[in-house]
Amino acid sequence: MFIQIKNLSKVFKKNLAVDKINFHIEKNKTVGLLGPNGCGKTTSIGMMLGLIKPSEGEIMIDNKNLESFKRDDILTRINFCSPYIELPKKLTVKQNLEVYGRLYGVKNLSERILEISQDLDIKNFFKRKTGELSSGQKNRVSLAKSLINKPEILLLDEPTASLDPDIGDFVRSYIQEYRSKNQVTILLASHNMSEVERLCDSIIMMKKGKIIDKGTCNEIVKKHGRNNLEETFLKLARSNDELR
Amino acid sequence: MNFGKIYALGLRHIYLISNSLPRIIDLIYWPTVQIFLWGFISKFFTLSSDYYSNTVGIILTAAILYDFLFRVSISFNMMFLEEIWSRNFTNLFIAPIRISEIITSLTLTAILRALIGLVPAAILAIPLFGVSVFKLGLPLLLLLLPLYLFGVTLGLLVTSGLLRFGPSFENIAWASLFFLAPLGCIYYPIEILPYSLQIVAKGLPLVHIFEEMRNILLNNTVNYFDIIKSISISIVYFILGVIIFYSSYLGAKQRGTLINMGE
Repeated sequence: MFIQIKNLSKVFKKNLAVDKINFHIEKNKTVGLLGPNGCGKTTSIGMMLGLIKPSEGEIMIDNKNLESFKRDDILTRINFCSPYIELPKKLTVKQNLEVYGRLYGVKNLSERILEISQDLDIKNFFKRKTGELSSGQKNRVSLAKSLINKPEILLLDEPTASLDPDIGDFVRSYIQEYRSKNQVTILLASHNMSEVERLCDSIIMMKKGKIIDKGTCNEIVKKHGRNNLEETFLKLARSNDELR
Repeated sequence: MNFGKIYALGLRHIYLISNSLPRIIDLIYWPTVQIFLWGFISKFFTLSSDYYSNTVGIILTAAILYDFLFRVSISFNMMFLEEIWSRNFTNLFIAPIRISEIITSLTLTAILRALIGLVPAAILAIPLFGVSVFKLGLPLLLLLLPLYLFGVTLGLLVTSGLLRFGPSFENIAWASLFFLAPLGCIYYPIEILPYSLQIVAKGLPLVHIFEEMRNILLNNTVNYFDIIKSISISIVYFILGVIIFYSSYLGAKQRGTLINMGE
């Protein structure tokens, strides 16, 4: 097991945000993290990124506790992309990639920037300030930043939120292509069920800080007697019972 | 310490400044206004006060040194606030850069920002008011060192507050230096303060720095013991500032504020 989450909990004051969750992700697999707003997805990702200290439990990477890694050693192997965080708006696209490439200690940085900019089709606005870009362009730049270090673990938080269908499809296709060519383990938090069905090998459903179900998309849809993942999500999100 | 990463974070702020002419003008504008204001006040006092009659540039030199402290501290705060304003905070804290490297980078870049503003203003004071801080020579560097350390310390304390209380602490960032200025005895001797405040003021490096500056300009002698005292006090505050910063960072991890810090 590449990533193993054991009894992970987080309490903010008296609010239990994540409640003893357990799951694992095999190397080079993509796992979807689903659940209604406020179910603990972002908190779980925050703990995996070392931004939030767990109240209880362990995060194991390659059978080693995340806490025992040196901060810069482990973070060199991870990256994160979310439309809710941005790159410095007043820097150009190229400057942002250069700064983050250097922070991640990327070797042959110029070549890497060129490579990723061609892959994500961002080269034509390389010299524009990031804050002046459209949502779709910013999203691709943000994805470029998250792949600049060729991470072994990629955490994606709603990577196609607020994108038009065309750009959304471009991003999904690129993630699929990138995954097929590179060794990368992905945890994808998303509210887009067709995206999850397309990209994920398996899914984890969360509600009120707990995992209420997990398995492959087909298994979960069948198990709950629904036609697709969207209907299954609605059933689980609206039910009062916790299922396991 | 990885100097490549320290440079990378510094580069982010160098790009920010170099990409924007208004930003460069803003950095130079305020110190220049200060120099003009205090230059004219200094000229008036020189003509009307026995105390200052022999030392034309005493107030202006104090204004320049105080502005150096102010610029270093504000620069440190500004660079941290930039990450919050641009919603880049999470990206920075998930990058493989150590907290010590972030502090080092902000500390080194702060002096660069401060000097961009202050050097042109200090040069301008030479033809306009006939005052050159550079005439202080080596002692000038020895006075700037504790000011730099104390400016960074104030920056560390404010950024610790930002980590602890979030962006709402921003207003304190602007007010922090004005709070200490009366106790710093920047423009007047320590004897002006009531006795109880003199005791508090002596615990700050500012009093020793500005008293020594006046000593150099009025008596043309250098008391290295006072300079060493001011440097030592600044180092103690700096270490305290670093400890508080680390403690605020760990607290922010507990509260989960690092992941959604933004305007």
